[in-house]
Amino acid sequence: MSGKEMYWTNLKRVMRTGFFNFWRNGTVSLASVLVMMVTLMTIGLIFFSGAILETSLAELRDKIDINVTFVPTASEENVLEIKHSLESLQEVLLVTYISREEALTAFKNRHANDQAILAALDELGENPLGAVLNIKARNPSQYASVAEFLESGSALSEKGISIIDRVNYFQNKTAIDKLAKIIDSADRLGFALTIILAVISMLIAFNTIRLTIYIAKDEISVMRLVGASTAYIQGPFVMVGIIYGVVAGLLALILFFPITYWLGGATESFFTGFNIFSYYLASFAEIALIIMSAGIIIGALSSILAIRKYLKV
Amino acid sequence: MISFERVSKVYPDESVALDNVSFSIEPREFVSIVGPSGAGKTTLLKLFLAEEKPTEGAIFFDETNVHTLDKKAINNFRRKIGMVFQDFRLLPNKTVYENIAFTMEAAGRSDEEIEQDVPHVLNLVDLSNKIWNFPRELSGGEKQRVAIARALVNEPDVIIADEPTGNLDPVNTYDVVQILKKINDLGTIVILTTHNKGIIDSLGKRVIAMDKGRIVRDDKSGKYFIK
Repeated sequence: MSGKEMYWTNLKRVMRTGFFNFWRNGTVSLASVLVMMVTLMTIGLIFFSGAILETSLAELRDKIDINVTFVPTASEENVLEIKHSLESLQEVLLVTYISREEALTAFKNRHANDQAILAALDELGENPLGAVLNIKARNPSQYASVAEFLESGSALSEKGISIIDRVNYFQNKTAIDKLAKIIDSADRLGFALTIILAVISMLIAFNTIRLTIYIAKDEISVMRLVGASTAYIQGPFVMVGIIYGVVAGLLALILFFPITYWLGGATESFFTGFNIFSYYLASFAEIALIIMSAGIIIGALSSILAIRKYLKV
Repeated sequence: MISFERVSKVYPDESVALDNVSFSIEPREFVSIVGPSGAGKTTLLKLFLAEEKPTEGAIFFDETNVHTLDKKAINNFRRKIGMVFQDFRLLPNKTVYENIAFTMEAAGRSDEEIEQDVPHVLNLVDLSNKIWNFPRELSGGEKQRVAIARALVNEPDVIIADEPTGNLDPVNTYDVVQILKKINDLGTIVILTTHNKGIIDSLGKRVIAMDKGRIVRDDKSGKYFIK
């Protein structure tokens, strides 16, 4: 046979032998596939925890805003004027106007179960709440300058008395910063732990494959003695390693469906708007690519590394 | 064809496995190597197959020093030698057919040749009916006949049988020896190591007796003596 012909014949034989060995060593293959599956699921976990970190931080940033409460006596005209001047600022993304009546309705809804407060409101006779402007900046770091703008004299009424009752930015900011820091470090810790877990399970997968090759070490020496080349002995083992990776990867990807579906509701209520199941569906192609290639690489590499020791004869 | 020239092998723990051994084997010869355990028989074979390197001396096969060969050349060299072991050493996850086919595949033979030669060689050792069985489904004698078929299939220049009858009953022992004799009659060198006095006496072929790493006797038509 010519060189090229021989190459294809050998490749065909190596693949066929690999499939046979995988199938005939059923129990060993099952054990290796399960170990590998756990490894690949841990790698998948890195994705999910990364996505959760991302969304929870983004959401927190989104929650930062400035509420400017005006004194009840401030006229709607003046308030809208300030709204207008705020909107002309470059840093400002959106300004929402909440009128006194709307503020009252919201307040009543919030305290619908508290008869004492509602009674006190009735007693008062008039609306004690001022209008509110809710300001969102393009970037969280820009709130400081917006707040400064409001602090400066620009929001004074004609009589020289400020119509702004209070700006809640400064109280909220420290709390939000602190919370963001806590979530950030908690997620970092989780991320580090998942990476460590992934490395450990990769080592376990490597060891399992090494064990399967250790079982075959006598076979390898026989193959050597009948004059088989290194590549020809190694080939089927690498093939089996790749099959472990592919089967384990497929199992992991399939198992992620019920798992993320089951966790979907929980994640949605915990991280508003983030559903782990929809995330899995949306990024399926990316996750599948990474998990499958990780499986194939771990399987093939483990086999190559493990078999080297027995090929020295 | 094969010659050992002043070969010594000393293992790292200072034990001397072979001590200045010289002999040669001509084409078509049937040579039995006898001696007690630890006499150096197995070391001799390992050195010949280039599994281990001699401490001193050289081993030649067809004028080539086998220990100067590179990996690829060693593979080619081993394909010219058929091995039969006491413990059979078949590949447990391959059928009888695949065990023999593997040796041919390793030698780069085509699928057509394999399909043709494997049944033929199994017929030669009278195992045509077990072609699709796995080794675990065979008796000791049958396994050894598969091993011989495997050793034969690439039409080697030399067959090495290392205590091939050690695990067999007398009937199977007789069969195996007859097959080896037949192979030798067809022109292949056979090197046989054994403890079995009956085999040696019935063969009436050359006997090399070893003890403590030395050749103590080399008779053209020997009998089995333990001094």
